[in-house]
Amino acid sequence: MLSFLSKRFLSAIPTLLIVITISFFMMRAAPGGPFDKERNLPPEIEANILRAYNLDKPLVEQYIDYVGNLLVLDFGPSYKFRDFTVTDLIFEGFPASLQIGGMAIILAVLIGVSLGALAALKQNSGTDYAVMGIAMTGIAIPNFVMAPFLTLVFGVYLSWLPVAGWGEGSFYNKVLPVIALALPQIAYIARLTRGSMVEVLNSNYIRTARAKGLKEKLVVNRHALKGALLPVVSYLGPATAAVVTGSVVIETIFDVPGIGRYFVNGALNRDYPVVMGVVVFYATLIISLNLIVDVIYSFLDPKLKVS
Amino acid sequence: MINIGANADRLAPLQAQTEIKGRSLWQDARARLLKNKAAVTAMILLSIITLMAILAPYLSQWALDDIDWEADFPGAPNAAHWFGTDNNGRDMFVRTLYGAQISLMVGILATSVSLVIGVTYGAVAGYFGGRVDNIMMRFVDIMYSLPFMFFVILLMVIFGRNIFLIFIALGAVEWLTMARIVRGQTMAVKKKEFIEAAQAGGVSNRTIIFRHIIPNILGPVIVYMTLTIPQVILTESFLSFLGLGVQEPLTSWGVLISEGAKQMETASWMLIYPAAFLAVTLFCFNFIGDGLRDALDPKDR
Amino acid sequence: MKAINKLKGISALTAIAIGASVSFSAMPSAAWAEKVLNIAPMGEPASMDPHYVSGTWENNIVGEMFLGLMTEDPKAEPILGAAESYNVSNDGRVYTFKIRDHKWSDGTPVTAADFEFSFQRLLDPASATEYAYLMYIIKNGEEVNTGKAKPEELAVKAIDDKTLEITLNEPAPYFLAALTHYTAYPVPKHVVEKHGKDWSKPDNIVVNGPYTLASWVPNATVKLVKNPEYFDKESLDLDTLVFHTQEDRVAIQKRFRAGEIDVARDFASDQIGWLQENLPAETKIAPYLGIYYYPMNTQIEPFNDIRVRKALSMAINREAIVNKVLKTGEIAAYSFVPPGIGNYDEPSYVSWKGMSYKERLDKAKELLAEAGFTKDNPLKFTLRYNTSENHKRVAIAAAGMWKQIGVEAELFNAEVKVHYADLKQADFQIARAAWIGDYNDPQNFLSLLEKRTGANNYGRYDNDKFNQLMMDAEKEGDIKKRAEIMAKAEAIAMEDQPIIPIYYYVSKNLVSQKVDGWVDNAQDIHRWRYISIKE
Repeated sequence: MLSFLSKRFLSAIPTLLIVITISFFMMRAAPGGPFDKERNLPPEIEANILRAYNLDKPLVEQYIDYVGNLLVLDFGPSYKFRDFTVTDLIFEGFPASLQIGGMAIILAVLIGVSLGALAALKQNSGTDYAVMGIAMTGIAIPNFVMAPFLTLVFGVYLSWLPVAGWGEGSFYNKVLPVIALALPQIAYIARLTRGSMVEVLNSNYIRTARAKGLKEKLVVNRHALKGALLPVVSYLGPATAAVVTGSVVIETIFDVPGIGRYFVNGALNRDYPVVMGVVVFYATLIISLNLIVDVIYSFLDPKLKVS
Repeated sequence: MINIGANADRLAPLQAQTEIKGRSLWQDARARLLKNKAAVTAMILLSIITLMAILAPYLSQWALDDIDWEADFPGAPNAAHWFGTDNNGRDMFVRTLYGAQISLMVGILATSVSLVIGVTYGAVAGYFGGRVDNIMMRFVDIMYSLPFMFFVILLMVIFGRNIFLIFIALGAVEWLTMARIVRGQTMAVKKKEFIEAAQAGGVSNRTIIFRHIIPNILGPVIVYMTLTIPQVILTESFLSFLGLGVQEPLTSWGVLISEGAKQMETASWMLIYPAAFLAVTLFCFNFIGDGLRDALDPKDR
Repeated sequence: MKAINKLKGISALTAIAIGASVSFSAMPSAAWAEKVLNIAPMGEPASMDPHYVSGTWENNIVGEMFLGLMTEDPKAEPILGAAESYNVSNDGRVYTFKIRDHKWSDGTPVTAADFEFSFQRLLDPASATEYAYLMYIIKNGEEVNTGKAKPEELAVKAIDDKTLEITLNEPAPYFLAALTHYTAYPVPKHVVEKHGKDWSKPDNIVVNGPYTLASWVPNATVKLVKNPEYFDKESLDLDTLVFHTQEDRVAIQKRFRAGEIDVARDFASDQIGWLQENLPAETKIAPYLGIYYYPMNTQIEPFNDIRVRKALSMAINREAIVNKVLKTGEIAAYSFVPPGIGNYDEPSYVSWKGMSYKERLDKAKELLAEAGFTKDNPLKFTLRYNTSENHKRVAIAAAGMWKQIGVEAELFNAEVKVHYADLKQADFQIARAAWIGDYNDPQNFLSLLEKRTGANNYGRYDNDKFNQLMMDAEKEGDIKKRAEIMAKAEAIAMEDQPIIPIYYYVSKNLVSQKVDGWVDNAQDIHRWRYISIKE
């Protein structure tokens, strides 16, 4: 196990380096610079600013500097937000993103698995069709439609919950963004669970278990569910990536002070260090999560030996 | 938004089944598919939508960029404008159909890109096995762990909203799962006698892969394709929401829906019609995908 | 606060929302009579340092923390701020200010030396401030900023603790108004020297204005509270200002309706019908000092042909754009300088303003035919605009109008950075642009068409007579004569039509009925110190 972990850990380094390199040069290839705006700056002033941010140096030198600074966890300055460094922005924003994203994933797994299992147990019944119909709808409605719809109904019409804002982390402010973020994932997970659960329920070892006279509840909980969870666990990696991307939309609409929105805004503003910081941070996060998922997987699936 | 691998598991039952039964497999499959009411309905609906998209220029008196200065900006559905008009007095019916053109094209072309890359990559890895396979699949694992959507957004930012780039970028995202599936299938097929026979007969690896292996793993590939298309269409709508969609006056369902979402309360027709078309299309692809999977899977489930 | 109301409704949802890792902080209680105003300025500030901001949304915030020599009254007219009086020399070039007896929020007195330091800092090339050129009117300002003179050579001098002398290059009648701009705000010398770049962080910041920074959560809220040292603090009604920096206008509007936001700046115009019907008293629309226009690249074919430029401009039905497309009260523009601007009479309009639209279309076709563009050889070009719902809608309408005279305009939109980078390089045919006045003076607009302006003269318009008149106006000390000269210059530009004026901006605000003291004004500057709320 230890050697497996360290191996995976080591292989994460070149992965990250690839991410850094690609995004660094991609970002720089984009037309327009961080200081191009409606009011063009006199050339002398622009030169002053570029010098102040070392943007007048050759690109390769900037790249080496950047990677060097990363080693000491310095993500550099933001060109747009002068009063914060990128490190400040990421570490101030991450707790909000983590809460929203984490809760969304937990919610998605709990509800998704329950609904999926329910549908599988009542295969081809009305319940099954209803659950799967709702799941399909959940997937077919983009979250930039679902989110404003939720705010309109629960925020404006019913006044049950705040429309948007963070309210210094109040629970009420998190309800709608979490639901909006979780909905499509609930749908995916419900479908995944149903599919694999049907498969497992029809398999030989469940038949054997039933034949042995084990109680249905035990069969379902102990055996069927565990087997059916495997694909859900392996989907957690992609789910995290999806939640991260989805949060770009959700954070914008609900005014959540997370880091998702820095990415798109940063890219549009050509705020290179911000974009790089978010990419590097999320890549690290996703790589670590995948590692954790692999470990969980190995516990759940006795057939798979970690090598 | 991007759910790489979300659909992979729906193929699980197929993985085991790679028996080559020649033509009869496909005939049986077709018969089974045609018995599946949901799938057949979906195919009919999808054909109608596709046909409408293609015939868009002939189905309305309005052109894509015609502004009806007499209409309201935006105006509710009426006799002249069946789906109402948008913020610029343009006919929503014709724009929804043109949106269908772009959205379906993005879906199909991007999926084709993912197909070409994924099938080739997966077949090569699966066929050669061993170290080649190890390295190639490790690369896929690495790619899986990247925040891919971010790269797509970066690409769009760099090159502007070029529609061909959307195909390629989204295709480049979706090929990973395809490669995994094809690799698994290839591993199973390559142990078959006819492959060994071909190898013994001195047929080149290239020919074996493209002539013998790929045709024999088409089943799951097709199923996965039908599941990828809706995925891509949704992703395009996400890009449109971020303002990275196609250029005016062209439009896509994603563009229309993100415009409509801003006015769901004041001009609901701007949202409802394109959203309904999108939803129906996604449903159709999913039913067809499920139908195909069941049809290609002889186990009675 | 709707805490109770919300509590009831939530019980059903809590069941779904499982208590997973929730920080369960209570809703802020409404019992304490703290007066809070929730404001949506429509953008995240780049900084709290007034020398490093550049947006109107930031002015909402920093303009309440710092007091320039001059400041704005409720109508945004310049009044004395940190200065208690001033004198102007006879030639209009030397201003002597007496600094008001007041203190920084840490108790240190504000002195003339602070101002001397601030202006030097703004113009010092090492500071790399973006907006310094607004103060080039000060003698040696441009020289200092471009490194040709030392910061100490700037003609802003502290005579003693309370007396400041500023010498200008030219008699600029707009100088007092320009001093209300945030580039002219003082920064506390002692704090900036102590903390350097970090001085404007919440822990370090020291201000001389009515409110001071309490907290700043990036991408969420900026909170200002009363400055205990503010010289006129008794006049303040609001205790706390909370700025919600969200940019999603649709979401902001819903928050306004839900009572979470009291003042929403610059609301989304596609909902105007609904707003006028449902929130007529809250919807505030007023003329605004800004022009929305399409510059044409006058250096390239066929836009170097005055007939083509004129034809394209005449074919735009501005009334249709403002009444049918935008519907938010914008005014059809037939001049470059918005009407109602200070130090100016009526702007010089295009000569064909009185023609009917039909006549104009015929004339436009004629002009195009003369220039060699016919049905068989149609004029084709690309109209560029930066990504935004309104720019898109105007561009679609313009292309539709040009289609009527046989012109094929292809639309191309790019994000703002790319758009302006290309405009800077004059890499465009026709493009969308706009200008919002920095201060209330026509020179601020007309200078955009001068050759010496460089890149901000996007279409590279170059007319010797125009250029000369603008230089004459600069040297003219008499406001009336100066206005006449500039009107002549504008008339020339309108005849040449290097730009297509489309509409004059309006300011669009949603203001809750509980807010008192809101005064619509042409600069759309609303100082919260004059605002009060009734419960």
